[in-house]
This record gives sequence, C-alpha cells and structure tokens, in this order.
Amino acid sequence: MSSLMSSKIQNNPKYHQLVSQRDSLAWTLSAIVCAMYFGFVLMIAFAPEFLTQTIASDSVIPVGMLIGVGVIFTSCLLTGVYVVRANGTFDRLTHEIIEEASK
Amino acid sequence: MKTIKTLLSALLCTAPLWTRLAMAADAAMAPAAAAPQEPPINWPAIIMFIVFVAITLGITYWAAKRTKTATDFYAAGRGVTGLQNGLAIAGDYMSAASFLGIAALVYFNGFFGLIFSVGWLVGWPIILFLIAERLRNLGKFTYADVASFRLRQGPVRTMAAVGSLIVVIWYLIGQAVGAGQLLHTLVPQISYRQSIVIVGGLIIIYVTFGGMKATTWVQIIKAGLLLGGATLIALGVMAHEGFSFEKLFSDAVAAHPKHLEIMKSVVPIGSKSNPVESISLGLTLMFGTAGLPHILMRFFTVTDAKAARKSVLYGTCFIGYFYILTFIIGFGAIVLVANNPQYVVDVTKNVLNLKGGGSMPAVYLAHAIGGDMFLGFIAAVAFATILAVVSGLTLAGASALSHDIYANVIMKGKSTEAQEVWVSKLCVVGLGILAILLGIAFEKQNVAYIVALTFSIAACANFPILVLSVFWRGLTTRGAVLGGYTGIFGSIILLTIGPTVWTKVLGMGPAIFPYDFPTFIVLPAVLVVSYIASITDHSASAKQERAAFVAQKIRSETGLGAEAAASH
Repeated sequence: MSSLMSSKIQNNPKYHQLVSQRDSLAWTLSAIVCAMYFGFVLMIAFAPEFLTQTIASDSVIPVGMLIGVGVIFTSCLLTGVYVVRANGTFDRLTHEIIEEASK
Repeated sequence: MKTIKTLLSALLCTAPLWTRLAMAADAAMAPAAAAPQEPPINWPAIIMFIVFVAITLGITYWAAKRTKTATDFYAAGRGVTGLQNGLAIAGDYMSAASFLGIAALVYFNGFFGLIFSVGWLVGWPIILFLIAERLRNLGKFTYADVASFRLRQGPVRTMAAVGSLIVVIWYLIGQAVGAGQLLHTLVPQISYRQSIVIVGGLIIIYVTFGGMKATTWVQIIKAGLLLGGATLIALGVMAHEGFSFEKLFSDAVAAHPKHLEIMKSVVPIGSKSNPVESISLGLTLMFGTAGLPHILMRFFTVTDAKAARKSVLYGTCFIGYFYILTFIIGFGAIVLVANNPQYVVDVTKNVLNLKGGGSMPAVYLAHAIGGDMFLGFIAAVAFATILAVVSGLTLAGASALSHDIYANVIMKGKSTEAQEVWVSKLCVVGLGILAILLGIAFEKQNVAYIVALTFSIAACANFPILVLSVFWRGLTTRGAVLGGYTGIFGSIILLTIGPTVWTKVLGMGPAIFPYDFPTFIVLPAVLVVSYIASITDHSASAKQERAAFVAQKIRSETGLGAEAAASH
C-alpha cells in the first residue's frame, strides 16, 4: 500500500465512519455476550438457588437449564447479527473506500 | 508406511480371534473354552476405522498433488470457503474430550455439564467480533504474524511461538492419552501403545504430505460424521422418551442415584461451591477458546474477511448445536446406560460405574440405541475426531516452529519458501513422534490439569497480546513481550502450586495457591504489565511502533494489502 493511498484513506470520512461503526458494533456485542455469560456465571457463584428453582411446580427442569441453553442460542444469534451487518454495510463502505483511494 | 504396518500387524494379531469368534457363533458349546476372558472383536468399529482411514489417505494423496507453495501447505492456498471453514472449525474444536467428556460430565453430574458447554461456546462470538477478520487481514500463516505486525519480529515472535508450542504440546499429550485409552477400550485387541502409534503415524502422513488442505478435509469429514452421529444418538434418546424433555429429565432424575441433585448441580456433585473458582473457570473457557493457536490458524485458510466472518457464524452454530446434543446424550445415558448390568461393572454397588472407564457413557448409549453396528460407527467417529484435532494441532505447532522461529527469528526472513516448508515438514514428523512418546510416557499419569493449563495460557498470553496489538496503538515490543511472558509463566507457576498439580499430581500436601484456574489473577496482571511496560517505553523503536499503528489499522480494517488467495 502506497503512502498516497494511505493518506487518501486516512482523509476519507467514510474510513472513520467504518472504523467507528464497526468498533461500536463489535464492542457492544462483545459486551452483551460477556454480560450475559458472566451474569450466568455470577448467578452460579452467588445465587445458585435462583438457577435451581424449577420452571413449574410439577416440573423437574430448573430455570438455569433454560438460561444456559438460552446463552448458547443468543450467542449464535448475535454472531448472525454481526455477520449480516458486516457483510452488508461494512463491506460496502470498505469497497467504496478502496475504490476512492485507488483513483 | 510404519503406520500401515502397525495397523496391519494389529489387524493380523486379531485374525485368529476372528476365526474363533466365527466358530463361537455357530457352535455355542465351545466359546467358554475357546475364549475364556477375551472380549469379542469390535468388527463394525474396525471396518469403519479402515474405511475412514482409506478415505482420508485418498484425500491426502489428492491434497499432496495440489500442495506446492508455502501458502498451500500452511493455509490451503487460502481457497477454503466460509461454510467449509465453519465445518473445519467445528471439526478442529469439537474434540473427543468434548464429545465423550461433556456427555460423561452430564452423566455423572447432570446440569453442571451444561455450564461447561456454555463456557466453551461463548468464546466464539468474541472471536468473530474482535479477532477473525482482522486476523485474516493482517496475518499470513500464524497468529504471531499479527501480534508482531508492527513490533520487533525476534522477541515478539519468540514469545508468541513459545505460548503456541506450550499450548500445542500439552493439548497433544491430552489428545494422545485420550486416543490410546479410547481406542484400546473400544478395540481391546489393539494395545494402548499401538493405538497411539497408529494415531501419531496417520497424522504425520496427513500433515507432511497434505498440509492444511488434507487437514481441513479431515476436519470437515470428521465434523460431518460427529454431528451426524451425535444427532442420531440424540434422536434415539428422544424417540425413547416420546420426544418429551420433561419425560427425559424426570426419567433421569428417577434413574440417577443422586436423583433431584442432578438438576441442581451448579458445581460438580460432591464439591463445594466456590464463587472465585466459578468466575475464573468462566474467564478461562471464554478467552482461552479465542487464544488457541490451531483455531486461530484456520482464519488464514479462507479467501477473505467475509469468508472469515461467515465461517465463525457457521462454526458457532454447529458447535452450539453439538453441545445441546451432548447434553441430551448425557441425560439419555443416565436413563439407558446407568443401572444396566450390560454396561455397569456391578449394579449392586454403584449403578453409574461403567466398564471401560468414565468416558464411556456416550459410547454405551450408542450401543443401547443401535446395537453393535451403531457402537462401531460411534467408535469410528470418536477415532476420526481425535485424528482431526491432532492434525490441526500438529500443523499449528509445526508452523510456530518453522514460520516463526526458523524463518523469521533464526533466518530473519531470508530463507526461501521451499526451505521453510521443508523445515515445517520435519517439525511435523518431530511433533508427531514427540506426541507418540509423550502419550506413552503419560499413560498412567493424571492428566486432569491439561485443559486448565492449555486454556489458561491461551487466555492469559495469546489472547490479550493479540487483542492489544490489534486495537491499542500504545502497545510496544517491550509491553507485548513482558505481558506475554507474564501470562505464560504466571499461568504455569500458579497451576503448579495449585490444587490439581501440587496436591493431586505431585502429592505435596495442601496447595499454596488455592484455585484450579489462575486466570482471574493472571489475565489482569498481563494487562497491567503490558500497559505499564508500554507507556514507560520511550525508546526510538517504541515511537516507530506506535507510528506504524495507523498503517496497520488501515490494513486490518479494509483488508488492503492482505494476503491474497492463491489462484489455482
């Protein structure tokens, strides 16, 4: 990459838009996953009785089991959210940035 | 060749037994005299092993003809698609330990097994959001390429390679010991040592000849087999339980000797709840996944950042689905395997204690559902699983030695591609032999600390240094190196003086450091050390390294200048 291209990209507001949008999405989603998982872990550590109560009086299934499976599902879902955003918006922006820099 | 010989001799040794078995089948009066204690040969398993080995060797032959450059060897020519890499990621990550191990964890402890599965899954979204595409954009063959991108090559690569190698070698020991025990249990006529030699020999053939292409396809096939096999077992369980989870869990509660406790086990049954340990375990599993060198290496095989992203989405979904299956399988085993005198050593003493050891619940469940044929199939799947994981590990270890240490540290980038690949193949052979020797040496050792050791180093050294070098402009060589070694040695020291190694393995009495997982102390320490060592670094090279961040950032964000896919 030439220094000319590099400075063109650096001066392109779309590049800064890309970086800030992607960073905010990536860190927000990471924070959600961490909050969700460590919330689960902290419940295991400090409020196990909440997790071990059953979902209904005539059931043996504990609430924690649904939460655990929920964490797995949500993790898959959030990776999907990121991929859709990145393959759409971010890739389009990236393409434009490179195109404008190579002019 | 040696492997094929061993395999053949192993089969030949069992040939007389086969005749004996055939005779026993049509003459029921003789067997007691003919085969007093000898277990029958697991023919379906052996046939399926051989079919799998034949197919994978065929693929290796195909891949070898198409492996010419270093990019072909390390990164499959960067031509792997998102879906293929997603399957290969799943194949690389879902080890026999997670298939048989989590099912066994659930079988003995119930609910607690799910806590482990969740921890092993949540690292994947983090890999996607923070690492995957940046790794693809910045790196060539190893994650050290990325960590050392704008830093001094020698010290940073050495640190990264040391971290990788410790993780790879210990992971290999765990896999080799598991392979030996599993194969020997499933086919008792093949000894523990023969099993390890077979596995070691096969992966040397796959990786030296077929490189990353063969490794990728072995992992893809294994992922398909494992997902298919686990789905069938889980379907069998659910069919038995009338497709009702409520019935499955109530039957399990009724069958398990601890009854309702298995639905309330937030820690392993019988151990005390320890909040700090739970949190540290969580940190280790989550960030450890994101620092495993053989997993990170997979992102260099895809065509571009888009394929890297897609592959994590597919991989996460496959792995998540698989963990839910293992949970059903574990509970299914409580219902169908526990209390069954066919599988339990002595039902009058302990209804859970299985013949062949603690990793057998999933295997016996397959037998309970589908008989000998299905048991054979699942046994072959478990064998394929080990081969796929060991191949990926060996290639990751060899690339750390050849690409990082040999080509970039010793030769300072002046070696040719051909020399580098040649060294890499030698390293594959060396690591394969090392895995065989260590697997044999550790046969009778307690290897329970291996997961903690490998995941701790991955979580405390590889992961934080990678993230800091990609996201933090201020990181300098001094910060990366001091931080990285803090992670590596901090983990090793605290694990050594912790309860598993100090008390259980070394028998030195009460542990000096009371926790099994040291990540909650070491990870913050690494961040603090890296931060202080970087901001106090006023050298001229540190200035250059900070200045080089802008160009690195542009490449990592846009992919401009990233390694292109080879055109074939």
